[in-house]
Amino acid sequence: MKVAQATEGAPAVTKGPDKAIDSQMTEILAHFKGEKGELIPMLQQVQQRFGYLPEQAMKRIADFVHVPPSTVFGIGTFYAQFKLVPTGRNIVKVCRGTGCYVRGAPRIISELENKLGIKDGGTTPDMEYTLETVACFGSCALAPVVVVNDKVHGRMTPDAAKKAIGTDKKS
Amino acid sequence: MSFEEIKKQAISQWEAMQDSPRLRILIGTATCGMASGAEDILEALDKELAKNNVTADIVQVGCIGLCFAEPLFEVVKPGKPSVFYGNLTPALVAEIVRDWLAGDNPRPDLAMGTRGEGTLEGIPRLFDLPVLKPQVRIVLRNCGNIDPANIYHYIANNGYEGFIKALKMKPQEVIDEVKKSGLRGRGGAGFPTGMKWQFCHDSPGTVKYIICNADEGDPGAFMDRAVMEGDPHAVLEGMLIGAYAIGASEGYVYIRAEYPLAIKRLIVALKQMEECGLLGDNILGSGFNFHIKIKEGAGAFVCGEETALMASIEGSRGMPRSRPPFPAQSGLWGKPTNINNVETWANVSAILQKGASWFASYGTEKSKGTKTFSLVGKIVRTGLIEVPMGISLREIIDGIGGGILGGKKYKAVQTGGPSGGCLPLSFLDSPVDFESLAAAGSIMGSGGMVVMDENNCMVDVARYFLTFTQSESCGKCVLCRYGTKQMLDILQDIVNGKGRAGDIELLQEIGDAVKNGSLCALGGTAPNPALTTIRYFRDEYEAHIKEKRCPALSCRALISFYIISDKCQGCGICARACPSEAIKGGKRMVHVIDQAKCVKCGTCLDVCPAKFSAVAISSGVPVKTLAEPVPVGGKA
Repeated sequence: MKVAQATEGAPAVTKGPDKAIDSQMTEILAHFKGEKGELIPMLQQVQQRFGYLPEQAMKRIADFVHVPPSTVFGIGTFYAQFKLVPTGRNIVKVCRGTGCYVRGAPRIISELENKLGIKDGGTTPDMEYTLETVACFGSCALAPVVVVNDKVHGRMTPDAAKKAIGTDKKS
Repeated sequence: MSFEEIKKQAISQWEAMQDSPRLRILIGTATCGMASGAEDILEALDKELAKNNVTADIVQVGCIGLCFAEPLFEVVKPGKPSVFYGNLTPALVAEIVRDWLAGDNPRPDLAMGTRGEGTLEGIPRLFDLPVLKPQVRIVLRNCGNIDPANIYHYIANNGYEGFIKALKMKPQEVIDEVKKSGLRGRGGAGFPTGMKWQFCHDSPGTVKYIICNADEGDPGAFMDRAVMEGDPHAVLEGMLIGAYAIGASEGYVYIRAEYPLAIKRLIVALKQMEECGLLGDNILGSGFNFHIKIKEGAGAFVCGEETALMASIEGSRGMPRSRPPFPAQSGLWGKPTNINNVETWANVSAILQKGASWFASYGTEKSKGTKTFSLVGKIVRTGLIEVPMGISLREIIDGIGGGILGGKKYKAVQTGGPSGGCLPLSFLDSPVDFESLAAAGSIMGSGGMVVMDENNCMVDVARYFLTFTQSESCGKCVLCRYGTKQMLDILQDIVNGKGRAGDIELLQEIGDAVKNGSLCALGGTAPNPALTTIRYFRDEYEAHIKEKRCPALSCRALISFYIISDKCQGCGICARACPSEAIKGGKRMVHVIDQAKCVKCGTCLDVCPAKFSAVAISSGVPVKTLAEPVPVGGKA
């Protein structure tokens, strides 16, 4: 069962309504009708825009679709794609699917954890990197796979992975 | 334009391309191609073509499935068979452009194989190679040959002919044809497709839905992704045919968000279908309406289960519900719904194009046709394959796959993903079909086939799969929610050296309970990896529990790294590389690993020069090694 994880080192979420979030939410919701079937696509837009699901955004969606906020929160906590706390500027995802697992993924994961000083699921205190593991990217024949900011790298080794997080970093 | 006119144009365009006097290079730029460096190859190609003053048309195609050789491309020279070159680097691209595109030497030393009419000396035909010869490519028929972003390529290769045929038949006749083919669902359960369609067709009501399950969540499986990236129309044509047969006017493709390129291809494909009059209202003037929408998953394995999938489309948490009623009677928003897997749909279009008897000529009596597999793990030729049902595991692993990597010993093959089982050596000659795999205690599943060698610990494999299913459990059923957690805790104790007598029996008892007490196939099959590894590799469990020993030398808590005194030459590479500074020893001194500091990362084993091979792993027995470094060659 997926449970919302706190992210180590992330700054506290700001309290009080944020005008910037509010106006962006108006923009996002303008593309939807307000039907229940749109809940997940709406949240996906929010995730893409903000990098996580601000509480304020979830409340706006609940109002728009006329469902209790707990319903929206329930969806946000159920699906792994949604984060409830801000993520770093660079997202590093290491595949822990079977094909990658049997070809050395655990070692790559622990070496990246050591290098960045955070655990799987965590974000560095300077908000530069978030490290995640994913159940499968579907590039199993090129195991082990590491994705840095949507760039897929196959046939990785711990050294190559450490190098990739440097070269693919957003400037 | 009518379809006939579109088809004429498509064919003439295709033939013009085939007979073109210009050079053509087909390069795989689907996810695997890109992940292995196709972008660098494209750049190198542009550079080298300009340098050698050669013009060539570059066509970006999907995966041909030879992932072990990616990045690769196919060079088409007029009047010659095309030549495939694999494991490309920018340097090799320079040589190939200079020697074959600009020159007359096809470089047999670099070429993989040829395709098309004619032969070239010293280069075998690609499809005669052991990796391709046993394959029968029905689902993958166009992958690697056509530009998936160009509907005309699909149409020129019998595309949508199946649908045109279906339109001339009555819906019941189309269902009968699918029944006659013997096609069974390719998502894992293997339910007869024609029968499923019949149920939905017979359900009362005018509003019905068709769904394509593209949630491919099994770790280790990527067949559906390759088809959607390489030939999306094969799937969409299947859905059109199904909608017509069943009487549905709306369809959904539920695709996992982790497949952005496949989503992109689908969006383009749907738009092109509309432009050709193949989607929308009154399709090709037949009076039949059909619209398709794309819904993205949000990262939940359980949403591959049909009722959870529908809940997700409806905007809820993806939690399964009990059946009956089955989706065919009451599915999406309570309406009769038919859900099929990507591969099933791609087979439907082929069956209507070429006929049910043709399809049924492949495979075995109860498992007709072919199956795609993602053949991965510790194997030489990893990739995407498609073979007739009934082929043996040995033919796949040794023949197509080229055997175990690094000359190591085969240990097990895992089929069916987290719902499946690990089959040992004794099953290598079993046929691959629904019944045989089930009888062995595994399942066909969606097509993941992970090969493991002597260094993979089977207890750890069970733990690995339980970690996955436990975290993906939706939580609805008590036995799944708690049972998977309990099983995982026990397995973690075992791999950490804390296993106790009775743990194996407890795992079996909980496993049986979870299977029986779960409402969906996630819980219903989550215990399988543990139960099958206990069945076939019980000795490994017993070694972990009784002797605190990991026979595969893999479980970190149970292994020790040590340096073999009479092999170490004191080069110092390991000491410098050790991240915990756990290795003592100076120049030309036999080095010693301080067991208290060692974190068992394995770096020393990796960096010790092969000619010395002085680092080894032991498990279960205390290692007799030096306490302090001594001079190399001196007395211990």
